[in-house]
Amino acid sequence: MSYPGDLRYTKEHEWVRVEGGVGTIGITDHAQKELGDIVYVDLPKVGAHIEQGKSLGSVESVKAVSDIYSPVSGEVTEVNENLAQAPEKLNQDPHGAAWLVKLRMSAPDEVKGLLSAADYQAYVGAES
Amino acid sequence: MEQSVALKRTPLHAVHVSMGARMVDFGGWEMPVQYTGLVDEHHSVRKAVGLFDVSHMGEIEVRGPEALKLVDYVTTNAATRLHLGQAQYSGLLYEHGGFVDDILVHKVGDQHYFLCVNAGNQEKDFEHIRAANKFDAEVDFASDRYAQIAVQGPLARRTLQKLTPADLASIGYYWFRDGTISGAPARIARTGYTGEDGFEIYVAPDESPRIWNDLLEAGSEFGIKPCGLGARNTLRLEAKMALYGHEIHASITPFEADLGWIVKMDKGEFIGRAALSKQKEQGVRRKLMGFEMRGRGIGRDGYEVRANGLAAGWVTSGSPAPSLNKNIGLCYLPSGEARPGRKIEIMVRNQPVEAEIVGTPFYKRSKTA
Repeated sequence: MSYPGDLRYTKEHEWVRVEGGVGTIGITDHAQKELGDIVYVDLPKVGAHIEQGKSLGSVESVKAVSDIYSPVSGEVTEVNENLAQAPEKLNQDPHGAAWLVKLRMSAPDEVKGLLSAADYQAYVGAES
Repeated sequence: MEQSVALKRTPLHAVHVSMGARMVDFGGWEMPVQYTGLVDEHHSVRKAVGLFDVSHMGEIEVRGPEALKLVDYVTTNAATRLHLGQAQYSGLLYEHGGFVDDILVHKVGDQHYFLCVNAGNQEKDFEHIRAANKFDAEVDFASDRYAQIAVQGPLARRTLQKLTPADLASIGYYWFRDGTISGAPARIARTGYTGEDGFEIYVAPDESPRIWNDLLEAGSEFGIKPCGLGARNTLRLEAKMALYGHEIHASITPFEADLGWIVKMDKGEFIGRAALSKQKEQGVRRKLMGFEMRGRGIGRDGYEVRANGLAAGWVTSGSPAPSLNKNIGLCYLPSGEARPGRKIEIMVRNQPVEAEIVGTPFYKRSKTA
């Protein structure tokens, strides 16, 4: 799978799509492959304030549980409620329908420090 | 990933990589953890047939006039009761009663026993057995001479039968036969680590890629899938088979691990017998028990188990069980708390989550002829 050019990525395998002052956050295709069959997704409540690099929840697969670290800081405005009933969506469409949360970003410049699609692709390509 | 030591590879490594398996470090071995997906692979073994590369497992051969005496002295089960062509699950113990390893003993001849041991323990096991060898017997480290492939599932026999003249239906559970597969010499054992019918075959390493591909072709009409260690773990956990380093290790005795059935106290002297005898007299203080999660969460290896709000034990293995649609696991508890129906709590990421002790195995296949 190719990594969409309109997303920014972290080395911890999250992505963020910025539209207006809102960042939509998810995990990458590489992350869902590493985790395997996903069975639980734990997300924060609307209104929670999340700092960049801090845990905003967790994703659990048959094999392992993994923290999700927020690529940007901000206040949670929306969480993807569909994932509670259908966590397997994260294995199917991680860059699209299976986004995790939307944040009203408090420090939009943080995005500049994140990886481009090409850089992320090179990063996961090199990781063994 | 930083690697200070090169990972060991099985003779099937290139095949796994070319088939797109995800490879991970498993106890120093670079092994496939999954191909298409853990849950799919799990179901293929329960419903049809799956193929596993288990060449990382070790082999040790014991030969000589007193081979049986040595094997019987270092193992807990009664090797003397084995017939030619029979296999037996057994324990290798330290003098203090804890596990060195759990192993399979095959009787190849009156003066020849073939041991299959865990990958990460093979050097340790070999040294342990050699150090105990006060008999007229030879202990031979044979891992380099064997690749091992497991064909598991209700259609394993029909798959493997296409490649061998040996009459597989006549090989009973925990029996084996030396024959050929795809024309190559093979030891064919009706054993496994999945809770299903199936076979574990031992072949020469350089023959293994060809046999692997032949098996995939033979099983294609049944929907055979290559499977990784991820599915192997969920399958064995549902069947409540112990995994070294989790349910059993140097500080755990067979009685604690609910493996009293592989200890034959009346067979005569063996390493660990005195300690086990004392434990039997004094009573076993902790026991391995199965649990099902009642609250939302998965109790995983190392998580604390609480009874009446107090720390009481620990989880040894835990996972969603694909065949049961439940989250299950195994844990150690004080004997007084170890009864089915007992409500416990498991600390899942610092939150207590309700669980209940249940009878085991979690999954038992329906026996067919």
